[in-house]
Amino acid sequence: MGLTLTTRPAGLLRHFSWPWAVTLGYLGVMLLLPTLALIAKAGTETPADIWRIATDPVAVSAYQVTVGASLAAALVNTPFGVLVAWVLVRYPFPGRRVVDALVDLPFALPTSVAGLTLATIYSDTGWLGSLLAPLGIKVSFTVYGVFVALVFISLPFVIRTVQPVLQEMQSEPEIEEAARSLGANAPQTFWRVTLPPLMPAILTGFALGFSRAVGEFGSVVIIASGIPYKDLVAPVLVFQRLEQYDYSGATVIGVVLILISLVVLLGINLIQVWGKRYG
Amino acid sequence: MGISVEQVTKSFGSFRAVDNVNLEVDSGSLVALLGPSGSGKSTLLRLIAGLEQPDEGRIYLTGKDATYQQVQDRNIGFVFQHYALFKHMTVRQNIAFGLEIRKTRPAVIKERVERLLDLVQLQGLGNRYPGQLSGGQRQRVALARALAVEPQVLLLDEPFGALDAKVRKELRAWLRRLHEEVHVTTVFVTHDQEEAMEVADHIVVMNQGKVEQVGTPAEVYDHPASPFVMSFVGPVNVLPAASTLFRDTAPQGVSAQTSVFLRPHDILVETEAGEALTPARIERLLHLGSDVQLDLLLEDGQALTVHLPRDKFSELTLDDQEIIYVKPKAARAFPGAPGSASQMNGRPHAVVF
Repeated sequence: MGLTLTTRPAGLLRHFSWPWAVTLGYLGVMLLLPTLALIAKAGTETPADIWRIATDPVAVSAYQVTVGASLAAALVNTPFGVLVAWVLVRYPFPGRRVVDALVDLPFALPTSVAGLTLATIYSDTGWLGSLLAPLGIKVSFTVYGVFVALVFISLPFVIRTVQPVLQEMQSEPEIEEAARSLGANAPQTFWRVTLPPLMPAILTGFALGFSRAVGEFGSVVIIASGIPYKDLVAPVLVFQRLEQYDYSGATVIGVVLILISLVVLLGINLIQVWGKRYG
Repeated sequence: MGISVEQVTKSFGSFRAVDNVNLEVDSGSLVALLGPSGSGKSTLLRLIAGLEQPDEGRIYLTGKDATYQQVQDRNIGFVFQHYALFKHMTVRQNIAFGLEIRKTRPAVIKERVERLLDLVQLQGLGNRYPGQLSGGQRQRVALARALAVEPQVLLLDEPFGALDAKVRKELRAWLRRLHEEVHVTTVFVTHDQEEAMEVADHIVVMNQGKVEQVGTPAEVYDHPASPFVMSFVGPVNVLPAASTLFRDTAPQGVSAQTSVFLRPHDILVETEAGEALTPARIERLLHLGSDVQLDLLLEDGQALTVHLPRDKFSELTLDDQEIIYVKPKAARAFPGAPGSASQMNGRPHAVVF
């Protein structure tokens, strides 16, 4: 017999396998442990203190700026992201590969460098800032700067989630031809036939971009002034609290940010389940 | 006239997919475009639909010039080989799509969708998504969707090509019956001559972008206009006129090099030698179901395939390697065909003997 027979252990060990154990261990150490540690640290405060710190007017305004600017950035990036993905998939043009690679620049660039670049071109004397200044629009060191930075860093998400789905659709040009043969013009075909199957990918990209923007620190800390009630975002507030040796303040606000992220991730998962409903 | 194609040419790069084609399709008829892959049959169908633009020529649908009409304005029904259903819509929504685009009243849409579900025998599956249906069911949904808009012509591109043999056979018979009920001018593309003969009133045989012959299944099979049609539609033996098989039944007016075509069932088989019979050895016996196929070797080394009905076969009690005697009952030569010795006005010309 060239076969080696192994008897399977009973009970819990029956489910034991190396890939499974390594996965669990890795995710436990890298993801779960730090999260739990932060929550545990916040838990050393009394509930009343936690509530007071979490709902401090400066903190609340920081959440509002964070969520508001992140939503605005994700909303702007969604239609543009779909458009860019569309062009990258459907329009063969010289240099397409270069443009395609360029889309990942916000992933690759250190966020502080991104902040510095944006602060430079949007300053009153910068290329774009000098054009906006006469109109009375100040970007650097205002909430608009925060918005611009968040648009920049969350730009790739919708593109990268929509692109593969569009690419797959390329193999079935008949779907759109069928719509045309049934009397639909080009816009009707787009809105009713092409776009709906893209929606799960678009929403996933939107949610990923949004959650990335909520956590952004490096570029915002450079382009914004960090003044409460003006352009102070929650991640910068955490940093400011740490600089003031206010560890409990930093921790509690950190936990609030974690909760926001978890809610968004749950949303992404629900979107993906919904996207698979017609199998 | 249902569809009229006048001198239509379409090239892709340097490849002439459709080459100066003329075609008339009667209203209410069911026509097959038959040919090997690359013969231009699908391109011709897509030109009629408006999914491609002709380089030259004109296309008329129900008497009106549709050459420069957009697909969506032609009021056609098009069925694709791989169904092309909208995956995010239920069966009902798929069927209703064309009507909704036309802003038909919801009550009318509802009524017609139900009627079509009945017609394609998919009652009870209206709320499923295409992903939950079998291939045959999907193709019936695609047909219902195409028929919903009451098209002036129905065009099907290899509609059964992606289905397995049994379902394909069922759907062919079903399409035939459906056409008798609906009576819309229908053109379908196929590379399967059996399918074309089984379903269509008329067959258009295409080869290398040109129409080789148009006729009823019987005409195309019994009176093929060219060597290509003869060999593409139905099984055929091709022998030189000089073969020993024709020693005593020498075809007239053809040179020795001319190819002679004869159907496997047009050969007389005897076990005894006799007048005008040629000896041959049975190399192989194949049971095809209703027929038995004999692979024969003639004295001059030529191979010959013969189909015998089962009862005839049992009557003769034939065995492997046995010597039998054969005679052509009917054969056909095309002395004017390209590549043969004699050209008659440059046109292929059939000689029957």
